[in-house]
Amino acid sequence: MCLAIPAKIINITEDMAEVELSGVIREASLVLTPDAKIGDYVLLHAGFAIQVLNEQEAVKLLEDLEFLENISEIS
Amino acid sequence: MKYLDEYRCPNLAKKILDNIKAISKQEIKLMEVCGTHTVAIFRSGIRNILPDNISLISGPGCPVCVTSKEDIDKAIAISRQKDVILATYGDMFRVPGSFSSLEKEKANGADVRVIYSSLDALKIARKNPQKKLVLMGIGFETTSPTVASTIITAKKENLRNFYVLVCHKVIPPAMKAILDSGEIMINGFICPGHVSTIIGSHPYEFIARDYNVGCVITGFEPIDILQGILMLIQMIESGYAKVDIEYRRFVRADGNPIALKLMDEVFRVCDSNWRGLGMIPKSGLELRDEYIMFDVKSSFDIEIDSNDKSEEENLQCMCGEILKGVRIPPDCRLFGNLCTPDTPIGPCMVSSEGTCAAYFKYGDIKNR
Repeated sequence: MCLAIPAKIINITEDMAEVELSGVIREASLVLTPDAKIGDYVLLHAGFAIQVLNEQEAVKLLEDLEFLENISEIS
Repeated sequence: MKYLDEYRCPNLAKKILDNIKAISKQEIKLMEVCGTHTVAIFRSGIRNILPDNISLISGPGCPVCVTSKEDIDKAIAISRQKDVILATYGDMFRVPGSFSSLEKEKANGADVRVIYSSLDALKIARKNPQKKLVLMGIGFETTSPTVASTIITAKKENLRNFYVLVCHKVIPPAMKAILDSGEIMINGFICPGHVSTIIGSHPYEFIARDYNVGCVITGFEPIDILQGILMLIQMIESGYAKVDIEYRRFVRADGNPIALKLMDEVFRVCDSNWRGLGMIPKSGLELRDEYIMFDVKSSFDIEIDSNDKSEEENLQCMCGEILKGVRIPPDCRLFGNLCTPDTPIGPCMVSSEGTCAAYFKYGDIKNR
């Protein structure tokens, strides 16, 4: 029920956006994320963008993990 | 898909898992509160690769499963009334109340429509001005701001045939109720990622402070979940509980202030009855007086036929204990024989995110 998927905004008309998910275009309300812009990734839930992706954090997690030392190999 | 596939990398997963194995010494129980996490954990096989000293327990975070029978009975009673269209999210469609389900009512001729978004319900209401559209409003903080926004739109449009049966619930009080019950020892919470996109991290702080139980707000891909578990284990091994965010790409400490404001504009907190858990103080939402004209209570006489009886099997159903994390589905006599996804008896088997459905679909064959 709390399923939500990242989708890319490709068009905005007032507070509605067209978002793309794996080539599928859907409508999403931007009422909860009025600052979202074309090109942003938003989290889509039940027809609403509920949050805008923080790209820096998205990349940082993966980079941090790449550099994660493997404790079991060291010890 | 971008921002999904990267978080499914097997090499990274192995790295995190090796770290978990290296630092985890104690026997611990972690509860994943959210039903979407339960399914993600089963589907990715994480339960099978974790070391034996770490148990994952499924919590009460499946909104469909915890909606009270009384609320489902009300929805059914409303759907039987003349000139009513009842709109529901698909997850709720098959869940049995005391005597029927919306699916059975639809088969009997009721106008029950499955919707994806509350905005769809609004469209149906606009198209059918001669009928009353009733939206069954279920879901946690992820969903309730979307319904709040829809109600505000209905008010702006002066839509007079749109109503909501408000069954929304909030998550942190249920976590408190589980800790207070003392029925189960929990060492850490994998906190719901999408609820937290709205509420942020602050509402969990009392759990770390007052109960010394760590909380990590976690995303839904395998890398996220393993990393969330690693962060919890680091907390547990250090003996210092706090609230941390793994799912930083979508969760800020203060959540989504605009969504919170909309929720607060439309709803106020009330006590709420959770199926399986009972009455939990301040764990539900109800409409504020300014929006009461959209409440079914203000416009419908809802009578439940007392001649309708529960089916006998329901008495053996263990969903209540399972939602509290006290029992697991294989403990239930009905699980896997009388109660299956095709012939569900309890709500945890009906919802695809219910613990029983997840166990049945992905669980270890020997535990069936």
